[in-house]
Amino acid sequence: MTHSASLTQPGNDTDATTRSVILSALLALVLLASMGLSLSLGSFPTSFDQIAHALTAPQDSDIAFIVWELRLPRILLAVLVGAALAVAGAILQGIVRNPLASPDVIGITSGAAMAAVIFLALFGTGLSIHWLPASALLGAVFSALLVFLLAWKGGISPSRMVLVGIGLSAAMGAVTTLLIVISDDAAAMVAYVWLTGSLYAAQWQDVLGMLPWLLIAVPLCLTYARHMDAMALGDHVALGLGVNVLRSRLVLMACSVALAGAAVAFAGGLSFVGLIAPHIAARLVGRSFGRLVPASALVGALIVLYADLLGRVAFLPKDLPAGIFVSGVGAPFFVYLLHRSRKRLH
Amino acid sequence: MPSIPAKPPRLTGEALCAGYESRRVLDGVDLAVAEGKLTVLLGPNGSGKSTLLKTLARTLIPSAGRVCLDGKDIHRRNTREVAQRLGILPQDPSAPEGLTVQQLVGMGRFPHQRLWRQDAEQDARAIREAMAYADVTAFAERSVDALSGGQRQRCWIAMVLAQETDLILLDEPTTFLDLKVQVDLLELLSRLAHEHGRTLLLVLHDLNLAAAYADQLVMMREGRIVTSGAPEEVFTATNLKHVFDLDAHVLEDPETGSPICVPHKRQGSHRRAQPVSHQRCVS
Amino acid sequence: MLNHRASRIAGLLLGLALVAAAFAASVMLGTTEIAPPTFVQALLHYDPARVAHIIIVTERLPRAVIAALVGASLAIAGALMQTMTRNPLASPGILGINAGAMFFVVIAVSLLPLHTPAEYVWAALLGALVAACLVVMLSRGRQGELSSLRVVLAGVAVTAMFVSFSQGLLIVDQQSFESVLYWLAGSVSGRELSVVVPLLPLFGIALLLCMLLVRHANALMLGDDMVKGLGMRAGTMKLLLGLVVILLAGSSVALAGMIGFVGLIVPHMARGLFGVDHRWLLPACALLGASLLLLADVASRFLMPPQDVPVGVMTALIGTPFFIYLARRKQAWP
Repeated sequence: MTHSASLTQPGNDTDATTRSVILSALLALVLLASMGLSLSLGSFPTSFDQIAHALTAPQDSDIAFIVWELRLPRILLAVLVGAALAVAGAILQGIVRNPLASPDVIGITSGAAMAAVIFLALFGTGLSIHWLPASALLGAVFSALLVFLLAWKGGISPSRMVLVGIGLSAAMGAVTTLLIVISDDAAAMVAYVWLTGSLYAAQWQDVLGMLPWLLIAVPLCLTYARHMDAMALGDHVALGLGVNVLRSRLVLMACSVALAGAAVAFAGGLSFVGLIAPHIAARLVGRSFGRLVPASALVGALIVLYADLLGRVAFLPKDLPAGIFVSGVGAPFFVYLLHRSRKRLH
Repeated sequence: MPSIPAKPPRLTGEALCAGYESRRVLDGVDLAVAEGKLTVLLGPNGSGKSTLLKTLARTLIPSAGRVCLDGKDIHRRNTREVAQRLGILPQDPSAPEGLTVQQLVGMGRFPHQRLWRQDAEQDARAIREAMAYADVTAFAERSVDALSGGQRQRCWIAMVLAQETDLILLDEPTTFLDLKVQVDLLELLSRLAHEHGRTLLLVLHDLNLAAAYADQLVMMREGRIVTSGAPEEVFTATNLKHVFDLDAHVLEDPETGSPICVPHKRQGSHRRAQPVSHQRCVS
Repeated sequence: MLNHRASRIAGLLLGLALVAAAFAASVMLGTTEIAPPTFVQALLHYDPARVAHIIIVTERLPRAVIAALVGASLAIAGALMQTMTRNPLASPGILGINAGAMFFVVIAVSLLPLHTPAEYVWAALLGALVAACLVVMLSRGRQGELSSLRVVLAGVAVTAMFVSFSQGLLIVDQQSFESVLYWLAGSVSGRELSVVVPLLPLFGIALLLCMLLVRHANALMLGDDMVKGLGMRAGTMKLLLGLVVILLAGSSVALAGMIGFVGLIVPHMARGLFGVDHRWLLPACALLGASLLLLADVASRFLMPPQDVPVGVMTALIGTPFFIYLARRKQAWP
């Protein structure tokens, strides 16, 4: 919220900032409460006291195991992944200057998916599955770089980048499909589940693997908040205001790729969150980047948290991938949001 | 007219060649933008006036030649530093939905702001003054995209004013606006140059408005400067024919003395003054 | 670029020859090579005892027919979409129409005991319609205009939505998963001719509508206002042309799954050769589209022998470089 302070004037702008701070704080509270709720639900019934007890004074019991080894890492990973995807989406929508952009669109998800499926096809369930996130992340970075190189033409135009990204995604998607088709049914199903996005069997090392990406990329992109607001006025205006458009875009893109890539690496193809969350956040706090990023992170975390919760408890004894609910509920909601926002402007 | 010693130009272009993709538009252009005056770039479509403005503004990189601001090559300077001295209003700017006028004008403070150094008072004052000068204070809380064309353009000008630069470059700021609005805008810009000593460079489409408000007219054709100077000197029928391929009379405004052009009409005179007998009223 | 009527007719005839050659290649090439005389014999004097004849009639011939039919349909659909949206990147794949059709088919197959394309083509048509409406709805800007990039992004969003719905459904219902998987990747094989026949009326209606609407399609290129000025009703035209697109794309998906890029690339190639007049463009698209898909299908047999690569994968691999070239070429993207 640093740059908005400079615009402080008596009147609506301060009100808007205050309102967004309050809303964000509320969202944070809701998130914490939801995490608590999610901790207490599951295939093994537990009560709030048992959870609280296990958290504060862990003993060697079944409940403590469930809380500490099964649920807590999964919930934390859901929160981190949701936040990362949402921020990545907010960045991309700002760079492309279009509310329909998402990390999918520049090929990150397809690249990660292709790498993951290659990994599964080559090593099956043989090699330790813990190398899967690393290979997926490599795939994400590789495809982002490829998109970048192919879209470079004396500079980076966001729309060209998007179009190249779409094209590459299609090609990588085709390769991915091919691999799934030719591998045996079991491996194919594993790959398919991964593609949909799942937090199943999340472990502490996943949480710890995900955390640094957020801790580095989110503050970094926030230092470019004012640059992003200036670029929303158009490249020429931004240049005139003294924004180094190319450098800002590169840094912000790198943040977006890192966040989305890491999230997809650990949780599979949940990337629809990156499309929806910034929209919801923008409805609450406006599109000023400095406010949008924290709010998007919170909204994204909530979405994935609840999607995972539904997957865990709504269809017992099955444990369904969170991705189903993210798209299943998120997508129609997104269509509704866009439709509403369109009408309001007329 | 008493000759005031002209201040040395701060923004100059030397032997500029520039274009887009493979198309070369500017062909070896030299220009020194007159300090403290309002200079207008004039020319037919495709003459390169917008390209020249963009090259001088550093948004377009020339393929040959260089642009100097205060003696240093503008492309070697830190872009933020340049933005503190030179402000740009591009053609047909668009604001994202929902942005208020206040927020838009506030963006003009970007070059003066830093993450670690905030001068909220300076910023607030600059914004206030800019909005007052452009007469958009009444719209402060309204959405930019909800305003009329002329009001919107004034908001964008307020943004550039908030930047508090000595030099301001504007690319076709009056196109598509009502004549009255165009005149008001040009009056505002003229005041900026004459009462506040700013250096303005404009690309304009309308010949007569350009002749009326410019201190310096630069006429371009096919990527080169054909002639430049005060309107009284260069706004002649010969030049208009040469640069625009336009057959016109050039008259003098009886009040201000600035030149006006009236294009020759092909067909004659069915609207020439009728003999008096036809106009007698039947009473 | 063929400018004269004579050269265009020659061009179309060449196209026809190309289709014939590709068709022949498709029938004759593969893990079992079949000689031309055998092919002719199989058609005229079918002998169920000969393996070659069986292969031809049950596998190669239907495959070639489907490839030709689907290739032509997708190409025409793509050309019409590009005209209607005035966007060179519009195509049934990119704008989510294929994905919508696919999703509805997946639902139909999971919930109801439908097994043949003739049975679930209605689901495909409905899905194509829903997707098309969604994209139109999503891509309108503030003043109701369709910005190029916004349309494409709307398509991407809609595709992502339907694809993830389908994925979700297939995970939940594993039985359908195995049977549907190969088809999802886009495949023209594994179907008999008897399966195609019931769908022919749909293709026929679409073709008829096309022929009636060519002049209108030409007018649409000038913009809605111009269309009105010429005395035609833009809204009705778009509706009818949209119907054609849905019929063609939906039926193609029902037959062959998700095959992308044909609807995108072929119109560009055809336009480069025959210009933008739809009276030449649409037939050219049909011929080039059929040839492209036939040739892609042939290539797919040799990419990873003896495994058959789904033809949708081939078109994606072939189409992507071209798409990227198109994306780089366009300068004035908003």
